[in-house]
Amino acid sequence: MADFETPEVREHIHIPKLQPGVMESSGPFIAKPDHQEPLGFPGELVDNWEQKAIDAMGEAVKKYRGLAVFMDSCVKCGACTDKCHYYLGSTDPKNMPVARQDLFRSVYRKYHTPAGKFLSKLGLEWLIGAKSMTKEVLDDWHNYYHQCSECRRCSVYCPYGIDTAEVTMAARDVMAQVGQGQKYSNEIIGKVYKIGNNLGLPEPALADTLEGLEEDIEDETGVKVELPLDRKGVDILLVTPSADFFAEPHVDGLMGYAKVFHEAGVTWTLSSKASEAANFGLFIGNYENMRKISLRIREAALELGVKRIVFGECGHAWRVAYSFLNTLAGPFDFLDQNYPIPQHICEFTHDLIQQDKLKFDPSENDWMTLTFHDSCNVARASRMGDEPGGQFRIPREIIKTVCNNYVDMAPETIGEGTYCCGGGGGLLTDDLMSVRVKGALPRMTALTNVVQDEGVTHMAAICAICKSQFTKVLPYYNLGMDMVVSVHQLVSNALILTGQETDEEDEEQTAEAATE
Amino acid sequence: MSTFIAVLFWFSTAVIILGLAYKIRQYWVTPAPLKIPTTPAPTTKTGVVLRMAREVVVFESLFKSNLWIWIFGWMFHVSLFLVLARHLRYFQEQPWFLVNIVQPFGKYAAFGMVIGLLGLLARRIFVDRVRYISSPSDYLMLIMLIVIGVSGMVMSFIQHTDIIAVKEFFLAWMGFSIAELPDSLPLIIHLVMVAVLLFIFPFSKLLHAPGVFFSPTRNQVDNPREQRHLSDWAAKLESDKPQG
Ligand code: HEM
Ligand code: HEM
Ligand code: SF4
Ligand code: SF4
Repeated sequence: MADFETPEVREHIHIPKLQPGVMESSGPFIAKPDHQEPLGFPGELVDNWEQKAIDAMGEAVKKYRGLAVFMDSCVKCGACTDKCHYYLGSTDPKNMPVARQDLFRSVYRKYHTPAGKFLSKLGLEWLIGAKSMTKEVLDDWHNYYHQCSECRRCSVYCPYGIDTAEVTMAARDVMAQVGQGQKYSNEIIGKVYKIGNNLGLPEPALADTLEGLEEDIEDETGVKVELPLDRKGVDILLVTPSADFFAEPHVDGLMGYAKVFHEAGVTWTLSSKASEAANFGLFIGNYENMRKISLRIREAALELGVKRIVFGECGHAWRVAYSFLNTLAGPFDFLDQNYPIPQHICEFTHDLIQQDKLKFDPSENDWMTLTFHDSCNVARASRMGDEPGGQFRIPREIIKTVCNNYVDMAPETIGEGTYCCGGGGGLLTDDLMSVRVKGALPRMTALTNVVQDEGVTHMAAICAICKSQFTKVLPYYNLGMDMVVSVHQLVSNALILTGQETDEEDEEQTAEAATE
Repeated sequence: MSTFIAVLFWFSTAVIILGLAYKIRQYWVTPAPLKIPTTPAPTTKTGVVLRMAREVVVFESLFKSNLWIWIFGWMFHVSLFLVLARHLRYFQEQPWFLVNIVQPFGKYAAFGMVIGLLGLLARRIFVDRVRYISSPSDYLMLIMLIVIGVSGMVMSFIQHTDIIAVKEFFLAWMGFSIAELPDSLPLIIHLVMVAVLLFIFPFSKLLHAPGVFFSPTRNQVDNPREQRHLSDWAAKLESDKPQG
């Protein structure tokens, strides 16, 4: 596995010298026919794929105004070149956002612009950086469009808002359409279609897990808190990433949501049909697949007769939910219009805090000093609450309500400028480990600084991918894998349930953990 | 020579007008099927207009991202704007009041323009990241603008041209007839380069000027939960949807 070196953490995030080609063969596994076909893509690279790819690019530019404008407008000013964590961590120039876009743009220029067509006839296409669609280009696409987490950081800093994520999505879609998809994402989407969630967790196993969690909560608090599955006629459908059902620290977050619902006195349910908030259709840039995955949530909401939909902690899922769900699976005129559709679990909890409906003992979290990682898709592709920027304020206010010790990381590494965890956008797979570790460098640098200077012990996140990615990469940077916590895990720790026994034992345990 | 310049300008003016009309129409009719503003984004139309105004007038995002590019780039564009405003006098019998106000600054704006361009060119040559992403056309574009600027400055400050004659030429040109241009090398260089600039505008990265207004990450309102956003081609997929 470790056939790469973990980059060195410096005092500040450092803009490295270019080292062309270092990440040239770091791309992911190619999808097999079994992964391609259920999504409506050809099983393997089709005959005449060059022309088909060129045609698909033309189609994409006709369907997406963003792509059309982005293709034409980039002035190569270079403002985005040092904004991508994959470039900062890997030093490979093709990981600079504009260079990544150019892998697509150079081919687009040649076949789809008057200048490109004309200059190609004279053999002068190099003047404007136009290129033919060749196998080498396809290899570069496969490599470098899978070293982009679609995090949109570059789009914040580009004077025209050119979003490399949009180009990455278009390129991935073109590749899938000519038969060269990515195994990880496509296999997962297949599982969603077949079983209902990314993990392929079937309904009986899910029911079992939820029962186990109910027991855990009861053991710990003495209060019976339910985690219902497929219960009809309740108020709220909770849609959450399937990692919440068993992965650490995700599952502690799920128990937190359950406790909050319990204290709020609302009825709620999970759905076995929509037992997954994640929507990898976004990652592969395919509207139809993204829509099909979203429609499960509509179906589940209709079948269960709920009044509201709430989403659990997941970054890209929240982007799809907040920004796209109404478009893809709306209109939701059958839901209660007095609440946001859909609502984020943090909005839900924050509202209750505002109304003073929850009782906390923040000292339960005193053994930790927290910081918060803004997840890219929440930060730059969605919102919480009524005001722009609520996505930064609301989770922090929740954390500060339930914890006494909180510090932010350096300002240019959070908020809208947040650095990706390195594992988003369909890269959370072992075959991309070197990319993931290197891409985490800027975040690890910012984190190391607050660990050393401010005594931070834990980093909270509201994204299933971030949590899994950090658990995996923290050790590469000499930080503990259990530093990552769910925001609702902190809520859960501090929340005092009505009728909860506060026992001595519990406190002893926390004291022990603190001295470890 | 006058005939050549006149014909050249008719040609490149036609190209830029038709070309831009075509491109703007393309941007206008191509749907943006999903809401993709880069957030935090304004939640109202007024907010979006203000955001766009900040991008166009002060290059807000560029300011956040790179101070050097911002300094040179902004200096170049503001100066360009003043210079072009000053140039309106060649095309108007009686220049607007505002154009008259700009005259004295406009003359010195030429320095801002050329210094800005030289700064951008230096970055392109010396910063390895910017060099890596540059094609020959990116250098040529800057050099062309520098030549336009310098030839203009030569006329303003060193080798004066009969600008009354230039004005008469262009007023006649607008009425589709040909008058005599003064015989001046800097003027010919200036005008030929300007004609090239007009010609390449709709085929090159100069499309950033109309493009910025159509960029969905900057011009969309952040209200997807409140208002359903559906493009025409996406609406065609709607028939299979489970109904409530
Ligand atoms: C709506 C009007 C315009 C806006 C908002 C705008 C904005 C920008 C911005 C933000 C940049 C990147 C930073 C920089 O390098 O300066 C840029 C670059 C550039 N602009 Fe404009 N621009 C506009 C109109 C024009 C026009 C009319 C020209 C025609 C001469 C032009 C020529 C250029 C060139 C050549 C560059 C690239 C500079 C380089 O190579 O580094 N722009 N523009
Ligand atoms: C048909 C279009 C144009 C004509 C007829 C024209 C003509 C002229 C003339 C006659 C001068 C000399 C002014 C003087 O002696 O005081 C001049 C100066 C200048 N021109 Fe142009 N020009 C044109 C387009 C442009 C464009 C598109 C640019 C910029 C991209 C430009 C940039 C300059 C500059 C920087 C100066 C020197 C400063 C000044 O006197 O304003 N010109 N131009
Ligand atoms: S979207 Fe994120 S990962 Fe992709 S190029 Fe931009 S900054 Fe890099
Ligand atoms: S910041 Fe935008 S315009 Fe500048 S090089 Fe990057 S993508 Fe192109």
